[in-house]
Amino acid sequence: MSTKPKIPTIWDIPREELFAPGHRMCQGCGAAILMRHITKALGKDAIIVEATGCVEVTTTVYPQTAWKHPWLHIAFENAAAGASGVEAAIKALKRKGVIPKDKKVKVVAIGGDGGTFDIGLQALSGMLERGHNVLYIVYDNEAYMNTGIQRSGATPYKAWTTTTPVGKVWRGEWRPKKDIMGIVLAHRVPYAATVNPAYITDLYMKVRKAVEIEGPTFIHAFSPCTPGWRIDPALTVTVARLAVQTGVWINYEVENGEFRVTTPVSRRKPVRDYLKLQGRFRHLTEEEIAEIQRMVDEEVERINRLVGKTVIGPVVK
Amino acid sequence: MTAQLPGWKSLPPGAVITRPGSTVEYKTHDWRTLRPVIDQERCIRCRLCWLYCPEGTIIELDKPYTTKAGRKYTRTYEINYDYCKGCGICAQECPAKAIKMIEEVR
Repeated sequence: MSTKPKIPTIWDIPREELFAPGHRMCQGCGAAILMRHITKALGKDAIIVEATGCVEVTTTVYPQTAWKHPWLHIAFENAAAGASGVEAAIKALKRKGVIPKDKKVKVVAIGGDGGTFDIGLQALSGMLERGHNVLYIVYDNEAYMNTGIQRSGATPYKAWTTTTPVGKVWRGEWRPKKDIMGIVLAHRVPYAATVNPAYITDLYMKVRKAVEIEGPTFIHAFSPCTPGWRIDPALTVTVARLAVQTGVWINYEVENGEFRVTTPVSRRKPVRDYLKLQGRFRHLTEEEIAEIQRMVDEEVERINRLVGKTVIGPVVK
Repeated sequence: MTAQLPGWKSLPPGAVITRPGSTVEYKTHDWRTLRPVIDQERCIRCRLCWLYCPEGTIIELDKPYTTKAGRKYTRTYEINYDYCKGCGICAQECPAKAIKMIEEVR
């Protein structure tokens, strides 16, 4: 590798749409922005295997589909297993000469946070461990939004959901968010990254990279949910951007064990700015906000230690 | 519409959908209560509304446009009102404040 890959700009994103409009995702859905640009970055030679979830039920209302790729619906728990099978079938067809040997076809599994963090974790682990040439993308909207905002392993600390209500005894979710990237990285995958819909060029670059790398790759995407997070549909991108600016979400990639933060934040905003826009955090008291701030500070410190220098700066009011 | 629905004998087995991108048949414009309108005079062609639109309803056209002040642009951005759900992300993200959300009147 002599030359560094060119960092794409906003003008490098192709104009052609590979994700049709007319799908039934909510107004201002973060996952819809993600899917539009993920399909653009994948190009035409990809097979998508999709677990049950918001995107699956809203894009393929029978007898129509919003996808222009070959697309396979798989149950909640086995998107990764299904993708492994498709990848093995491509290998077999190449051996038999049905598909030309030099044709590159990437199998992409897409799952929600419920289908990845909770239900599909076992299949995901198996896929990563067996080393299939599959890209797994999880769009993380931090609860089971499709069935009516039930908590999942991805629900953040103190967030309201319908199964972690706010009252005299409970103050929303009391368990912290599961570290899915930690679990994936423990499988020593060649490439894993986090992406955010407010930083599309970064997303585009990471998906391109993950497609080109042979072996299991993983992308964790932040996906604001307007009804579930109780936000104004117009503020989807604002909230996503604030998540990065406050340090709640950190855009990074790990390539062959090398850790790199792709969106450095020199001066962080207080986490309150991110929380106050969302109705699911409306009940928080000053002490609870301070507690979340402390948790975010700890995570930022951990990332800075991993990188070896201060990439995410201190909170500046 | 209900009269022409195909029966189970004429549908492909396994509920396979053979027409890619066929949700274009379903127009989502009636979800909208606010309609975005681009002011071509103020638009600076930064592509951000096109980038952040969840539906892909903002169309990028190679149509030249010259503003009243004499500034020449090679591209124009227009909105496909058939699918716009009126979320307002484009108006929120527009750095030139060229997109206004006006009340939808039918």
